[in-house]
Amino acid sequence: MKIGIAGSLESNDALITVKSSEKLEIIIESIVYDFFYEQIKAVILDTLKTANLSNVCVICKDKGALDYTIRARLLTAIERMEKA
Amino acid sequence: MKNSLNRFVPEGFKPFLSSHDYKTKKINLIKEKQTSNEIKMLDDYSHLFDELGIKDGCTLSFHHHLRNGDYVFNEVIKEIKRRNLKNITLAPSSIFPNNFQLVELIENGNVTKISTDYLNGPVAEAVSQGKLKNLLVMYTHGGRPLAISTGELTIDVAILGVPTVDKHGNGTGAIGKSACGSLGYAESDLKYAKKVVFVTDNLVEKVDNPQLDGKYVDYVLTVPAIGDPDGIVSGTTKITKDPVGLKIARYATGVLDELGLIKDGLSMQTGAGGTSLAVASYVKDLMKQRKIKGSFASGGITGYFTDMLEEGLFSELYDVQCFDLKAVQSIGKNKTHHAMSGSRYANCYDDNIVDKLDFVILGATEIDLDFNVNVTTDSHGKIMGGSGGHSDTAHGAKVTVITTNLIKSRMPIIKEKVTTVTTPGEDVDVLVTERGIAINPKRKDLLEKLKDSRLPIMTIEELLKTAHEITGVPKNQTRTDTPVGVVVYRDGTVIDTIFKV
Amino acid sequence: MRRSLLFMPGNNPAMLQNSDVFEADAVIYDLEDAVSVTEKDSARKLVAEFLRFNKSLPMEVVIRINGLDTDFYSSDLEYVVSDRIDTIMLPKADHDGLLQLDKLLTKIEQEKGLTKKIKVIPIIELAKSVLEIEKIVTCPRVDGVLLGAEDLSSDLDVIRTKKGDEILYARQRLVMACSAYKIDSIDTPFTDTNDNDGLKTDCEFAVSIGFTSKSAIHPNQVTTINKTFVPTKEKIEWALRVEAANAEALKKGLGVFSLDGKMVDKPVIERANKILKKAKAYKLI
Repeated sequence: MKIGIAGSLESNDALITVKSSEKLEIIIESIVYDFFYEQIKAVILDTLKTANLSNVCVICKDKGALDYTIRARLLTAIERMEKA
Repeated sequence: MKNSLNRFVPEGFKPFLSSHDYKTKKINLIKEKQTSNEIKMLDDYSHLFDELGIKDGCTLSFHHHLRNGDYVFNEVIKEIKRRNLKNITLAPSSIFPNNFQLVELIENGNVTKISTDYLNGPVAEAVSQGKLKNLLVMYTHGGRPLAISTGELTIDVAILGVPTVDKHGNGTGAIGKSACGSLGYAESDLKYAKKVVFVTDNLVEKVDNPQLDGKYVDYVLTVPAIGDPDGIVSGTTKITKDPVGLKIARYATGVLDELGLIKDGLSMQTGAGGTSLAVASYVKDLMKQRKIKGSFASGGITGYFTDMLEEGLFSELYDVQCFDLKAVQSIGKNKTHHAMSGSRYANCYDDNIVDKLDFVILGATEIDLDFNVNVTTDSHGKIMGGSGGHSDTAHGAKVTVITTNLIKSRMPIIKEKVTTVTTPGEDVDVLVTERGIAINPKRKDLLEKLKDSRLPIMTIEELLKTAHEITGVPKNQTRTDTPVGVVVYRDGTVIDTIFKV
Repeated sequence: MRRSLLFMPGNNPAMLQNSDVFEADAVIYDLEDAVSVTEKDSARKLVAEFLRFNKSLPMEVVIRINGLDTDFYSSDLEYVVSDRIDTIMLPKADHDGLLQLDKLLTKIEQEKGLTKKIKVIPIIELAKSVLEIEKIVTCPRVDGVLLGAEDLSSDLDVIRTKKGDEILYARQRLVMACSAYKIDSIDTPFTDTNDNDGLKTDCEFAVSIGFTSKSAIHPNQVTTINKTFVPTKEKIEWALRVEAANAEALKKGLGVFSLDGKMVDKPVIERANKILKKAKAYKLI
């Protein structure tokens, strides 16, 4: 299994893990879950689309990151997974 | 029933109308208590319960001057548990995380009613989860003495930790191994409770300049320690080093200056938070530069203000509560550093200090487009604080400035509607954030004075838009319909209801 | 024209998020020393996404890339060069490196179809670069030069002090070269972030020997720098009086005139104009 991890659990950051998978799976933990869950999910889906990935498992542990941070962390995790 | 802010008010409570409605109403004070008896000396809590006949259904009150180091409240809780008393009402002026043992008593029905001015930690959590049988009643620091003096809140026994007490029951917080400085919040309990107990760990022959008058005291209980000095006062309160906080403080000081508030005779109050202290520090710089002397500073007092007093930048300090060691030391030695009662501080029917304030710097957990401020719950509606003196000072001061980050952990602090109203928008004048400043449109006088300002002044709607551009729009939360508490405004009316989470 | 240039670590979302509120004339998003070797990839993506999201930042955007002697600089440039940035800061710069960077930037600008030309601020942190300074300031795109005293001290094998005698020669040489070619001379940061009085003294000294700007390694240093790297009140008043007297003299058709008993000629008028230009730019008049 290929895996890539990026980011951190510092405030305003997110720790994102991407793993190869049979199907698309997105798991989100967030300190602002009730307020921003849908927005975080949308950013993840959009980023996966840009990266042309459909069957991966994404685990996002969010500490209040803004959209661009989540996107950057996910892109890095994907790149690291592909290099692994 | 709904109040004038369209907030729910449970049966049996009076709805909030406006912050100046108290002027149209008269109040009747109950009689102050007087003891003719000799003071009885006791030496353990169990003995105290027997002597006083504390039983099911009693109301006990406390002050919170020993803060997170307090032992008195916790010892009483243990005794209630030991005796398995039921339906007890507790009326401490605040509840802190170190009072966690209370949770079990709430769950077991030992304690079924609580009224307080400020509440955080495990007890707050338990109340938010709906574990307390009756509604939590949250007063302001000025509203609590009012409720006590009018008999709205009747106290069977006031159990008051007092750092130094003499044989005549005279007490002070200025000295002793558990010194905490001012004992301002204890005074109404002292004067109006049916029975009064002082709990001390320093019994002396005679107290000079007592803060609390022994004529009201029935019992003195001497124990090895009333608190842990490390938790009573923080070592020092410090100005923030956070660059965002400092930017906000610079803007706030700029606004105060452009409004002409930095002038001879000024009177001010700030919280003890790092950003508030940074405002005080910038104001201090301006006062020194321009050789300005202020009349007074008030509220909870920190070493920052005692330094200013000692440097001659203020004539007097009015201190309801000492926040740090320096403040405690100062109240013991500086004659112009006065302890004041909660009533003198903020009771709207007393000759109070907050009405004499030129400006106050306050914080906010949320603020809405009508400038209503929430410092009682978080955005889920969970209890995490309370007014304390927030709504009292906001009403009294000529200019009320809220300083806060525009965004905290992705959450915009500005909402269309706050989750819980603590302080009504009619009393909030200026909002200062790191990305701009909003003036309450009702304050046309302030807007006029600031019309040529170089500061980034915008509408609160524009500030909200700025925040949303950065964070996105947070999803609205739906709340439950089960009330767990009421936010009582300083005049005794209900300004909002707290719901179960 | 810049007073303050604030370094911000490129891989720290909490700091990036607020980097535009500290009133620095330029923010330097750092991909070099503030980012560990294992995080270079995340930092450049984070900075790139941050800039893509923040369409209109109120200050100059500078990116400090990794040195040309590393494996990182070409990816850095590839990711971050866009119309959203103004300037690339090059560490351990020398003349040859700057020529190489110019070529790289020209290529990327063409490939990406940039609508503007990216500027370059070299950091002088090698003894060799101090000696080459006259060549460095004439390199294409260079519109300011930063002194990096920490690394320079290592190169010289001397102890870095608060007073800074060990870097005096480098400072003065850099100022001289920058002044000659009318570009910004940017002083090395003051590294004790808790010593505000020390910062003030250091700023005042830098101004006194001719620096136009100073870098900051903490947002709390910006206010002091912005206050110091502007003409003083007295200077502005003097310049305003020169301007007024000059206008009067022109009316009367006088070439040379006197003010306060001193002869005023062209260089004095130019100096006054320069002061007024700065004062206006920073809204002091």
